[in-house]
Amino acid sequence: MADDAIVEVRGVGKTYEGGVEALANVNLSFPPSQLSTLLGPSGCGKTTLLKIIAGLIPPGAGEVWVKGARVHGPGPERAFVFQDFALLPWANVLRNVAFGLELRGVPPAERNEIARRHIAEVGLGGFESSYPNQLSGGMKQRVGLARALTVDADIILMDEPFSSVDEQTRRKFQEELLVLLRNKRKTVIFVTHSIEEAAYLSDQIVLLTPRPGTVSRIIRPGMERSKSPDEIRRDQRYLDAVDEIWQILKHHVA
Amino acid sequence: MKPTSITHHPVVWQLASFVLFFGLWEVAGRWPVSAAFPPFSQTFLALLEMLKDGSLARAYWITVQPLLIGIVLCGIAGVGFGVGMGLSRSVEWLSLPVFIILQAAPMAAIIPLITYFYGIGLTSKVLAVVFLAAPVIVMNSYKGIRNTHPSLLQMCRAFLGTRSQEVLKIILPHAAALIFAGLRLGLAMGFIGIVIAELMITPTGIGDLITYHSSVADYPKMFASVASIIAVAAITLHALERVERMLFPREIRGA
Repeated sequence: MADDAIVEVRGVGKTYEGGVEALANVNLSFPPSQLSTLLGPSGCGKTTLLKIIAGLIPPGAGEVWVKGARVHGPGPERAFVFQDFALLPWANVLRNVAFGLELRGVPPAERNEIARRHIAEVGLGGFESSYPNQLSGGMKQRVGLARALTVDADIILMDEPFSSVDEQTRRKFQEELLVLLRNKRKTVIFVTHSIEEAAYLSDQIVLLTPRPGTVSRIIRPGMERSKSPDEIRRDQRYLDAVDEIWQILKHHVA
Repeated sequence: MKPTSITHHPVVWQLASFVLFFGLWEVAGRWPVSAAFPPFSQTFLALLEMLKDGSLARAYWITVQPLLIGIVLCGIAGVGFGVGMGLSRSVEWLSLPVFIILQAAPMAAIIPLITYFYGIGLTSKVLAVVFLAAPVIVMNSYKGIRNTHPSLLQMCRAFLGTRSQEVLKIILPHAAALIFAGLRLGLAMGFIGIVIAELMITPTGIGDLITYHSSVADYPKMFASVASIIAVAAITLHALERVERMLFPREIRGA
């Protein structure tokens, strides 16, 4: 295991009630301030693995270590972005974004000020008093991301955050996400089933095999992040990574 | 002015519906269908007379008491039970079967039994209201709690919410709209309960007006009493439905 890893997964396995083995003996380490994706076909247990790292699901076997401490549940150094956004429908954008701080007992004036800053950062300035049902899927996920940023966690865990967002919105969102998270030097663990998304966003791509999920390969595309989004998409290393991932994954697709 | 603009207004049609209904009533009463069936005009005059001499107001003062006491009791204990059942498996196993049976049971059959135990006073009438109103109030609260979106609960845990924060900030607000709807439906059942009680247990209040005027063959007043309780129930429930839509607009409600 790498000494400088911020998140380490050691021998993690998970079998659900009814005998479905979702994960078996997964060993991984995630370097700090990098973006890693967990990539694989549906049913490879990638979301299960992410939720085990988050402390939302207890592992059946093995253990997870975050910043040198063993994980027994959710912690302040990790923030989660949900696939279905998980926004409170009766609360406006401001309260939803500030909700993590509200749960921690931060006084209203202080938490609203922090929330406003992050709302502006994700490009939702002016929508503070809108309700989730008045927003598009892409905007809802910006709220979910802003909520994760307000609690100032070092590690952001994202569970297929763009899966219910249309393609054009998704591209724009990905580009902004890259800039935002790199500027903040966050460690990001990102679950996706999109090969292009993984290759475009990641410093490290973890390929998982389905049923039970095990690590099949770790790929580091090695792109220079100073390049513009359009340059990245034409970069030979990006295209090679996409091709390499597909060559591996196609064996697992029924 | 375009002729279509009037007919497109829903109020016009709603008014027309009332005019048609009362018109048919008038015609049927004058035909006559039966000597005991007064036309609308006579019933309406009887209603005005009862309003003037205060008998209607006195009757409602009596009728509303057990209804309100019953609904308030259900509002406290019923919502409490429903929320408890939603939050705790043990409370659920203990009480769910009782309320499922109560919901299916024909309650009118229980009312003679209530009289047998509690006599003919206020207690029996309150109980009649409670027995009818409680099941829907309890079951709605229970379902509202139990249907909380699982990913909202997971979100609360991920952001380090405690169990009490989970209940106060996620589960209860999520269930609020369904709990309120349960109270409204409970009140609707309560109206049925109180009228059955006042007719079956001992004639008081509006039940007394109906029974008395029927026994002295003053059919316009009897029909006016019946029509008044229908109108009171309908208007109250409609008003509550409006309040509900104002408090919990569809865009922001949880359940």
